[in-house]
Amino acid sequence: MAILELERLSRHFEVRPGFVDRVVRRKPSSYIKAVEALNLTVGHNEILGIAGESGCGKSTTCTMVAGLLAPTGGDIRYKGDSVLDLKGAGLMEYRRRVQMIFQDPYESLNPRFRISEIVAEGPTALSLWDGDEIDERVNAMLNAVGLPHHKYADRYPHELSGGERQRVGIASALVMEPEMVIADEPLSMLDVSIRAGILDLFKDMQSQRHFSAIYVSHDLSILGNVADRLMVMYLGQAMEIGPALEVIRNPKHPYTRALIGAVPVPDPRTRRAIPNIRGDISKPIDPPPGCRFAPRCPHADASCGERFMELDTADPHLHQAACHKLDVINDG
Amino acid sequence: MAATTEPVLSIRNLGVAYETSQGPVHAVSDVSFDVGADEVFGIAGESGCGKSTLIRSLLRLLPNNGTMTAERCTYKGRDLMAMSDEAFRSTIQWQEISLVPQSAMASFNPVYRVGDQIIESMRAHRRMGRAEAWERAAGLFDVVGLQADLLRNYPHEFSGGMRQRAMIAMALSLDPGLIIMDEPTTGLDVLVQERILRRIREIRAEIHSAIILITHDIAVIAEMSDRIAIMYGGEIMELAPSVDLFENPHHPYTLGLENAFPSIRNVGKDLISIPGSPPTLVGPVESCPFEPRCPFRIDGCAAANPAVVDVGDGHQVRCLQTGDVARMRTLAREKSTWRS
Amino acid sequence: MVSSHLKRRLKYLRLALVEHYRIINANPLSRFGFWVIVVFTLVALFAPLIAPYDPWEMVYDSEGNFAALQPPSWEFPMGTTHLGYDLFSQLVLATRTTLLIGATSGLISIIIGANIGLIAGYYGGKLDEVLMRLTDILYGMPFLPFIIVLIALFGRKLEFVILAIVLIIWRTSARVIRAQTISIKQRQFIAMAKARGASDFRIIYKHILPNVLPLLLLYAAFNIAWSIITEASASFLGFGDGETISWGGMLYELWLSGKTRVAWWWFASPSVCIILLVTSLVFVSRAYEEVANPRLRKR
Repeated sequence: MAILELERLSRHFEVRPGFVDRVVRRKPSSYIKAVEALNLTVGHNEILGIAGESGCGKSTTCTMVAGLLAPTGGDIRYKGDSVLDLKGAGLMEYRRRVQMIFQDPYESLNPRFRISEIVAEGPTALSLWDGDEIDERVNAMLNAVGLPHHKYADRYPHELSGGERQRVGIASALVMEPEMVIADEPLSMLDVSIRAGILDLFKDMQSQRHFSAIYVSHDLSILGNVADRLMVMYLGQAMEIGPALEVIRNPKHPYTRALIGAVPVPDPRTRRAIPNIRGDISKPIDPPPGCRFAPRCPHADASCGERFMELDTADPHLHQAACHKLDVINDG
Repeated sequence: MAATTEPVLSIRNLGVAYETSQGPVHAVSDVSFDVGADEVFGIAGESGCGKSTLIRSLLRLLPNNGTMTAERCTYKGRDLMAMSDEAFRSTIQWQEISLVPQSAMASFNPVYRVGDQIIESMRAHRRMGRAEAWERAAGLFDVVGLQADLLRNYPHEFSGGMRQRAMIAMALSLDPGLIIMDEPTTGLDVLVQERILRRIREIRAEIHSAIILITHDIAVIAEMSDRIAIMYGGEIMELAPSVDLFENPHHPYTLGLENAFPSIRNVGKDLISIPGSPPTLVGPVESCPFEPRCPFRIDGCAAANPAVVDVGDGHQVRCLQTGDVARMRTLAREKSTWRS
Repeated sequence: MVSSHLKRRLKYLRLALVEHYRIINANPLSRFGFWVIVVFTLVALFAPLIAPYDPWEMVYDSEGNFAALQPPSWEFPMGTTHLGYDLFSQLVLATRTTLLIGATSGLISIIIGANIGLIAGYYGGKLDEVLMRLTDILYGMPFLPFIIVLIALFGRKLEFVILAIVLIIWRTSARVIRAQTISIKQRQFIAMAKARGASDFRIIYKHILPNVLPLLLLYAAFNIAWSIITEASASFLGFGDGETISWGGMLYELWLSGKTRVAWWWFASPSVCIILLVTSLVFVSRAYEEVANPRLRKR
């Protein structure tokens, strides 16, 4: 059974026109449709990667799953039960079992907390254990992420390097014993030479502790390295999903193809094909009902702007793209 | 590989020190390189490696507590070290050496139209009528792939990628001999980055400017540069024509970076990080800055800073063990080698 | 056996106190201010033991003469009033009143101001709107007239003097702390605390409060200083508590006696005390200002 299911999950942000427009001209509000009818199933022990450019809705999806933002439509189900109307003990349990790792290790740690206090914050806030046990678990957790507690517990975040801080961020999530971890670009602020170490830590922790994960990144090479399955998003819609290596090696959707084709290769001897798309990314303000990539797609025709294909994400081995023109594209 | 003709920029033994409360910080030391006409010279390195300080010193934008020293620093044969700040500002800065800064958002004044800002910068350095300057700005926008009527827009109406292209147009405006691009695509989405990099490659032939490209992104630098310098701890660790650098890497830091950097062409590859963290650079330079993190260090590495060794074809390495490079390359592929 | 958790908490508390001492000690002016405040506090605590006479006792010199309007001497170090009261004794007991009023109204006002600022800033929306309009109304109140009217209505009692001061001075601290709260609540570590399950209460008092603490201490010092000045002004105008003696009250008595031009010593000692204490508080708060505002920090 799946651990997490998103069913037609949507998040719209209302943009109210100015006072004069609203009152005199009776202009209605417009809506930024940051996430639109997103279906997603995450299996036990699976790391699901979400790729996409800024504004594609990947971070909005994360904050909704982490319970920091309420969806405006659709449902989030955790182990089969909807989490949207959870209260009391059930909500506490969900808060504990679904944990988030943040992008910016310089911003996400409270500057006036010591490292031990940062890691102890979750268990203390939810009163998971008594003080001594929290301390013990915090120390053990710090050791596990490669920060010996006798050396790091009493320090402040500003005394640590970026990599060490991101380890603290990981420790503070994992000390809660989560079953589901949401990692929002945890490497993007770190130097290249230490990224691999944090990535290894994440993968080691996942194989030891068997949590499921959603790993969000704009870096497809990293996602290919960490994720079991990969979903590509564009302006709030899912474009393609499938086993990660499969999606990167044989992308189906025109957008995925462009995205992968645009990634520079660290080898001066290789030449890449030029991505065949036009225009710039826009904001999803009152978008038409169809595929949002259609205006930039070289293969699009009038029908693309009218209907959008929702993906069936339950089967972890299925590689599918939300495109009606796949036959045409593959033939041409 | 255009360094055969007279270099545009020639630097020998350049150093920058910051005076701080903890003593002098040697942010850059003993940096030497030439940039040839029409060449793209890439400087790669991680945060704190001194790449930003290096370009700030070249453009005389160092803060008050920073001092620059150099045995030689010439632009097209002119000695920049002997030049007064006044002379530098009136003849070199922006006209001959221009800068595309990392954050184009902060570089445009939000209350003026982009076009006005570009022609102002032209007219400040050269006698030119408004109409003539506007026409030239429109031509430059065309070169970087922006529509000329965007000149009438304000910076906030531009997307990140458009602003960066406008910044490149502005840097091109006075036909400089050298353009320094500091992380020109960092923070931009990959499709936008692709379009800017492609545009830079396309205009190279037209503009006859040398380009110094600075970035932490090994992939971007590999695709763009003719020659590459790898910086670490304020020094150039390895400098080589780009293909040579990737085919015959010599320095342990370069080997480590190649392991750590993921490639979309090789997604299954196990990434290996370099243990430890970069040096603080406080106090005098007495050893190889990479020595504490280097798995191949020998006794001599901590005793003195290694001299630069030329291993042929303009390939320079600052390492004592260049003779043993085959063994290092084999070992460097093993994860166990890099365990601290 | 003491639990290891408790030990760690005590250790962090000790380190925090050391840190505050270090902040104050870092700068000679704030160090001076700190010790002046300590001395005044000791004088206030042990006032009856220090004062040689009752403040309203007519004193006689060693030769048995009635000592009215005496300049400072070995016997009466700060001189005497026209009714023969010992000014040193008056000053020592007045320190007690002034410090009591300053500390109480300063602290109560910062507690009110901080809570209103934190709550308005954190929750925003309607609650913020209501609380901030309330402070706006208070900003419209002229300071001294408000206090005079309030005291005229309720009577010249210490409690009402404190109440009047509190009602007026919490407004500035509330505004400043609200602004700081709004900027802090948008930072990612607050989102992280929420994601870890921290309640609103915990986020306000455990995560935001420590980050506004330097600012809060700065305004606490300001508020105490303002309370002392306000009390002195109100007392000088005759609206202090008639039963006790304060520094401002001493100046009021001088004014009433009509000896202002003759008795410089009567004027000097309370004025110097007011200036010294208020400046010391400002010096100490300056040290916190450097912590609260990193741009002032030297590195």
